[in-house]
Amino acid sequence: MQTRRAQRLIRRSSAAAWLLLASPMLIAQGTTPSTLAPASTPAHQIFDLSIFVVAITGGIFLIVGGLLAIALYRFRARKSDPMGEPAQIYGSTQIELAWTVIPVLIVVVLFLTTARIIFAIQDAPKPKTALDVTVIGHQFWWEFRYPKYGVVSANELHIPASSNTAPEATFLKLTSADVNHSFWIPQLAGKTDLIANHVNTMWMDPRTPGLYLGQCAQFCGSQHAMMLLRVYVDTPEQFDAWIRNQQQPARQDPTVEAGRKVFERQACMNCHTVSGTAATGRFGPDLTHLMSRATLAAGATDNTPENLRQWIKSPDTFKHGALMPAMQLNDEQLNQVTAYLETLK
Amino acid sequence: MSDYPLPISQVIDPTTSASERDTFLEKLHGWVVTVDHKRLGILYILYSTFFLLVGGAEAMMIRLQLAYPHNHVLSAQVFNRFFTMHGTTMVFLVGMPFLFGFANYIVPLQIGARDMAFPRVNAFSFWLTAFGGFLLYYSFLGGAGLYGVGNAPDVGWFAYAPLTLRAFSPGHATDYWALALIVSGFGTLGTAINIIATIVSMRCKGMTLMRMPLFTWLLLIVSMLTLVTITPLTAAQFMLLIDRYLGGHFFDTQAGGSSLIWIHFFWIFGHPEVYVLVMPAFAIANEIIPVFCRKAIFGYPAMVAASICIMFVSLSVWAHHMFTVGMTSVSNAFFTLSTMLVGVPTGIKIFNWIATLWGGRIRFTTPMLFCIGFLFQFLIAGLTGIMLSVSPWDWQLHNSYFVIAHFHYVLVGAVVFCIFAGIYYWYPKATGRLMNETLGKWHFWLFTIGFHITFDTMHFLGLLGMPRSIYTYQPDRGWNFLNLVVSVGGLIQGIAVLIFAYNFIVSYRRGEIAGDDPWDAWTLEWTTSSPPPVYNFEEEPEVHSRRPLWDLKHPDDPDWEYES
Repeated sequence: MQTRRAQRLIRRSSAAAWLLLASPMLIAQGTTPSTLAPASTPAHQIFDLSIFVVAITGGIFLIVGGLLAIALYRFRARKSDPMGEPAQIYGSTQIELAWTVIPVLIVVVLFLTTARIIFAIQDAPKPKTALDVTVIGHQFWWEFRYPKYGVVSANELHIPASSNTAPEATFLKLTSADVNHSFWIPQLAGKTDLIANHVNTMWMDPRTPGLYLGQCAQFCGSQHAMMLLRVYVDTPEQFDAWIRNQQQPARQDPTVEAGRKVFERQACMNCHTVSGTAATGRFGPDLTHLMSRATLAAGATDNTPENLRQWIKSPDTFKHGALMPAMQLNDEQLNQVTAYLETLK
Repeated sequence: MSDYPLPISQVIDPTTSASERDTFLEKLHGWVVTVDHKRLGILYILYSTFFLLVGGAEAMMIRLQLAYPHNHVLSAQVFNRFFTMHGTTMVFLVGMPFLFGFANYIVPLQIGARDMAFPRVNAFSFWLTAFGGFLLYYSFLGGAGLYGVGNAPDVGWFAYAPLTLRAFSPGHATDYWALALIVSGFGTLGTAINIIATIVSMRCKGMTLMRMPLFTWLLLIVSMLTLVTITPLTAAQFMLLIDRYLGGHFFDTQAGGSSLIWIHFFWIFGHPEVYVLVMPAFAIANEIIPVFCRKAIFGYPAMVAASICIMFVSLSVWAHHMFTVGMTSVSNAFFTLSTMLVGVPTGIKIFNWIATLWGGRIRFTTPMLFCIGFLFQFLIAGLTGIMLSVSPWDWQLHNSYFVIAHFHYVLVGAVVFCIFAGIYYWYPKATGRLMNETLGKWHFWLFTIGFHITFDTMHFLGLLGMPRSIYTYQPDRGWNFLNLVVSVGGLIQGIAVLIFAYNFIVSYRRGEIAGDDPWDAWTLEWTTSSPPPVYNFEEEPEVHSRRPLWDLKHPDDPDWEYES
């Protein structure tokens, strides 16, 4: 009887904790990068742990806050109080001991539960089949390198979905080219910092294909807020097709030859790579397959021809403080180079 | 107890007579050259109240910008300056000077001394602190060298290297930030040494360590902690300047330096700093709660022990700000445990406060209301602190608005609430007049409501994935409504603070005359006149218990018969 009642109590308090945590979900949208809608093993483990922690701390709050409220109500000064001061009580060693020991026990329980999850996530063995991606943070964009496939991309990470029949984990190696950044997709895993001269790792194994949003979570300079991050979880077939496309060198389209010349004669190629051409710069994002991405400037705006032209003309329009300079191209050059970039599918 | 030598209201004034009216310039000169601990205390309080308004105005601008997605009130650059200046101002120019203001004014009075141990060091420290603050704000003009638009530090109050190096932060704004904190840091160290020396060597006859008021005990502990924590910050600032101007490579990752060194140094300072700010809040609550529930503090020795315990444990938890930098799993587990353990002595304090209330006769005056707000909010802040100590959950919550909510619960919900409580409580001692109770209650309720609208909501923004330090956000993230709510709450708090400022100024001339002991309190500062004479006490008091005025008011039932 006792244990069943205890079990029911635990179930109810976790349900209450879950409701408390999940209430903001009412106003969340499908695109909200919510920590409360986990979609990958590390995020799930963290979410389950957080419900346990909320149940315990919520219980403490109800008991201590309740006692405080009762004390304030019961012992308020009243007109009917007798003259003089209330009885003076100076303390009690037994009571002090009791409220020292009980919190220590709670800390032990919380710590052991937490430690289990720390080791489960951080020291998870890496499967042989895991996909490796190197993430390099830049002011203010993301570089993604797939060493096994020889693919380099930017700002939109593609990874394969995992399933019971074909488990797929993605292991990220993270570092930075300049200042500190932090990689955070709340639905997939906790955040991990990108620090120059220092390689960190994290992993995720999402099961539901789709788009997951996030952004840089460590202040990194003027456009930190526009260092947005998109992770596409593809089905294995979609992912293979995406990889095959990315492995191709850039398309050579003779009709936009003029644009390519502008790109290579102006300073564009000092910073950007277009594989298969003379452009091999590494300071800015790789543009070999620019048109396969949905956004420009690390998510600052949608990737449309008008936005692309405006971005080249004046990056400050979308992202004041971005490190790409306005190259002072004339209208004709702008049209030509935009047309050229539009062919990089 | 007719032989009890406590001179209540027997003030003789052998110095200047009140009828001699000084000119304004003479008065001003008097305040500038003063070495009187009470005047310096008041200067500290005025200085930090001024910067409280400035930092608050910056917060209002930040919230105005974030009220809507893709808002254009502030540019990215200006927003980054404002949140950097807001954080730096509130920690270094508001929190710490308030604490030293209270310490300067109250500690000598509570221990029955005539001044601090080193009055001239005291004045020197204040002016260093003040010049540090003004140097920081001069960066708005001088950061770009007076030839361009205004400038100010824009690297965050945590100023993680290598963003602060010259490669990423050209100009002089970051130098102003580093130099201002070095200068005010030396002021802080001077005052901390002074407080320790005063408490150790200037206590009146009969005041053993275990008879000191808890306020004085906590400021002794805080001052010792300050000596340990400010030092690594100052060292790190020097390293930063060496990197910037003398070709050093401490943090220069392009030349083999390490960003992690800065992060460690900063948080070895930064975490104990939280306790440097919050323990004076405990100190104020320890004075006010017993007086307004008419009972002795419950478990005095346990309160002292818990505070000392917090001081030591707080030195071993800094890396819980670093769970995401890629420490080993064992380090993460260690700092999870050490952080959770802080909850134990902190819990003891909360339980003792509740036990003090239990069986009392609680009078809900303005100072007491602020202390009650403090108790509830500090309880919640402690529990969200436990949540953040759970390192896997911290991987989600770190640098999100949940963290912003948590530390504002500590720094506003606990520290600022107690600072307000302390001002309402000791204002009559310092000026001779009470602050207006009606305005005080308006201030309390508006501020509390605004506080909860703002900071309760921020927790949910964090859970929904909103990171800190962003000048704008995308409209499709589901954060729009909550951000508007947060901004409205901020506005309500702003109005409440303006009411406070009005009350603070007007009560100086029109407040009700307080008398020596308006709250019927028990510690030595209430034995002398309001405001106290320059020499504080006509003759050195002698105490026999922790509550000398209780003994005097209840000669048939004095404390010393019960204290262990």
